[in-house]
Formats: sequence, C-alpha cells, structure tokens
Amino acid sequence: MKPAPFSYQKARSLDEAIALLGEKDARLLAGGQSLIATLNMRLSSPSLLIDINGLNGLNVISEKNGMIEIGALARHAQAERSDIIARHAPLIARAMPYIGHPAIRNRGTLGGSIAFADPAAELPACLLALDGEVEASGPKGKRTIKAGDFFKGLFETALGPQEVLTAIRVPAADKGARVGFAELARRHGDYAIVGLAASAHVDGKGLSNVRLAYFGVGDTPVRAKKAEAALAGGNIEAAVDALDLAPNDDVQATAKVKKHLAGVLLRRVADQLLEARP
Amino acid sequence: MSNHALDITLTVNGERVQGRVDARKTLVDFLREDLFLTGSHVGCEHGVCGACTVRVDGDIVRGCLMLAAQCDGANVETIEGLSDSGEVADLQAAFEQRNALQCGYCTPGMLAAAQDLLKRGGVPSREEIREHLSGNYCRCTGYHAIVDAVQAVAQQRAGKSR
Repeated sequence: MKPAPFSYQKARSLDEAIALLGEKDARLLAGGQSLIATLNMRLSSPSLLIDINGLNGLNVISEKNGMIEIGALARHAQAERSDIIARHAPLIARAMPYIGHPAIRNRGTLGGSIAFADPAAELPACLLALDGEVEASGPKGKRTIKAGDFFKGLFETALGPQEVLTAIRVPAADKGARVGFAELARRHGDYAIVGLAASAHVDGKGLSNVRLAYFGVGDTPVRAKKAEAALAGGNIEAAVDALDLAPNDDVQATAKVKKHLAGVLLRRVADQLLEARP
Repeated sequence: MSNHALDITLTVNGERVQGRVDARKTLVDFLREDLFLTGSHVGCEHGVCGACTVRVDGDIVRGCLMLAAQCDGANVETIEGLSDSGEVADLQAAFEQRNALQCGYCTPGMLAAAQDLLKRGGVPSREEIREHLSGNYCRCTGYHAIVDAVQAVAQQRAGKSR
C-alpha cells in the first residue's frame, strides 16, 4: 500500500524539531525503518513528518565519565563498525548483527529503535539489561530517564508528546563485566520470536548483578528477576525453573513455545556469561 | 511552511535529476513512476523482501523505506546504473550460468546486496553470504544457486586481483 498524505519538513535545529512536535499529529522521522513501513501499511497516518536526519551532532558515539554515549541519530551500521562500542559496549556489539539486515542497518538509528520501543526489538532489551539511560529534550529542557522507567507499554515510552530522544547512555564495560545475547527468529534479521539480552559481573568464581532482559515475551522488554537471583547463585537449571515470564500467543509462536524457548536461550546466555573473557 | 509536495534535485545513475514529488512518495516509486527506472521492484512495501534494494550515497537501502523527499542532494544508484557501468556484469553472468534466478523478481535487489558484500573484497564464506543476503527474499530458487553464484564471483575476483 501507499502512505496517506502528510506534509514533510526538515528540521534545521533541535529546538525547531521540538517546536514542530507541537503541531497536531506530528511525528519525528529518523531512520524511518519502522515508521515508513507503518505509513505504507497505513497503520499510522501523521499529518506532519519532521525529518531530523540532518541535525548536526546527534550521531556521535563517545566515552564520557565511564559511560558510553550514543547519539540518537547514530545508525546501526555506524555502531556495528564503532571501536568504542566493540570495546566498551560489548552487549550492543553482540546484538547488532541481529538487527534487521544490512540495508536496514544502513538507515535505522539507535535512538529511533529505543524511542519506537518495539517489544520484540533487540536494543530496548539491551538498554534495560545494561541499566542504561535515555536523554531527552523538550520544551522544558533536558532530562535523563533510566531504562527501567522508560518502557511503559506496547510501543509506549516515558517520552512526552514534545520530547525528542537525543542520546542513550550505557555504563562502559569494565574488566569484570560479562554480557550475553541470544535470539530465535524465523529468518536471520527478523524480529525475534524470543530473545534475551543479559549482563552480569564476575567476581571470584560467581556472578553478581545479573540482569536478564527478555524481548518478544510481553508489551515491553521484561526482566526475569527470579531467574537473575538463581543464576547469581550459580545454578543454571534452577534459573531456568525460576523463569516466571507470561508471554501471550502471537503470530509467531504460542505462549507455551515461547516459554520453552526462553529456557533454551537462558542456558545459551548463561554459558556466555560464564565464559572467561579474553 | 510545511509541504505536501517538494522540489528535489538528486543524482541518479550519474545523471542530475530534478523533480517535484509528493511528500508521501517513496524513493522506489519515484524511481519507477517518475524516472521510469523499473528495474527496482516493489514487493512487500514494508522492508521485508528486499526487492527494492538500491544504493544511496554508496550504501544499500530499502527503496520502500525512504521517502523521495529525503533524497534531495543524494547520489542514487539503481540496478540500471550498476548494470550499464559493468560493475555487476560478472555477477549477472554467474547468476545466469548457475540458474540463480527463475522469475527474476528478486534479482535486481539480490545483485545490489551481493555487490555490496563483494565490494568489501576478500572471499566471504557461504554463511557470510547467506547472512548478507538474508534481507532479500527469493521465492523460486531456494537460494543455493544464488549463494553458489556469489561465491564463484568472489573467488573469480580474488583470483584476478592477485
């Protein structure tokens, strides 16, 4: 199908984008890899698209005060090639090849993926597993929102109607940091049937600070806190038994299948977390 | 201030092109309907099938997931350009020799995606080829012949450049 008519404007500054968001049914256009698909299918029909692709300085990946900051307009392909991400944000590096396909990753942005908050997408779960945060700017200025407070519901976030996500930040991985990532999809690069992003700290022989963020099993990325505690205790099978996810049936799989696959992924990810880091 | 129709100037296959486009017109529809470059195909129109794959500023993208209005100032290359310049001539020959196409609907996108991988140099593994082409659906061949053709060309090119 073709999109319903809308008007289009390139924002020349962040302030202009924020002001334009005050117009009725206005939407931001970043990479467009989800938005334009929904326009084509007429699942959404905004009256104004505000193209923020030309805004300067919003695509920088940098290390600041022990945090890795990724500008909202950094494209997936850019993150995939980034040395800073490879060295200091290994969970994001691991997740990157699972996100869409090369042509999608050339356009899609990290900020867009977080702001869109698809429950089956990889990056929202990574942000939650890493206890990261989001920076947003709006008419009242800048604020920081923790990942745990950001994902509110199905495609719903803590962003206000006139707020623009400008960056995401995750703690830079230190020597004891361990990450794991696994996903099951019908075809490489498709949205997950079930996926799992995880981070932990290794001290001595055991794991601490285990964070397991599942995607594709609810309206938002979901932490499996009981399983986190069991995994910190060192028992993988106990962690699998402690999974208390409540997925719904969807077009890809039944709830029963998803629950089974969540256990399969937990075993794989636990192995990654326990692997010695080179 | 806001616009339903926009004037754009871009380069398509090396030629400067000007046009007035509806804001809602996708790049692939602009190429096909306004420029009559019908080699880029429209399949699913939501980014899944890859039939509309074209190059924008050197990178492959989904022609259905970019608006023509966003391409003001861009350098766009379609299968017509890749074909006329001879850049994918060896891939096209290998696809033909190995029956890597039947109906041909996916072929322009498949060639653009394959060339995107091969222009990085080296000989990718079959697994890497499959992964790079994972965003391009083919409903005829079962993919084996396509992977064969891409791998053969990679080996051929590596041999030549040695």
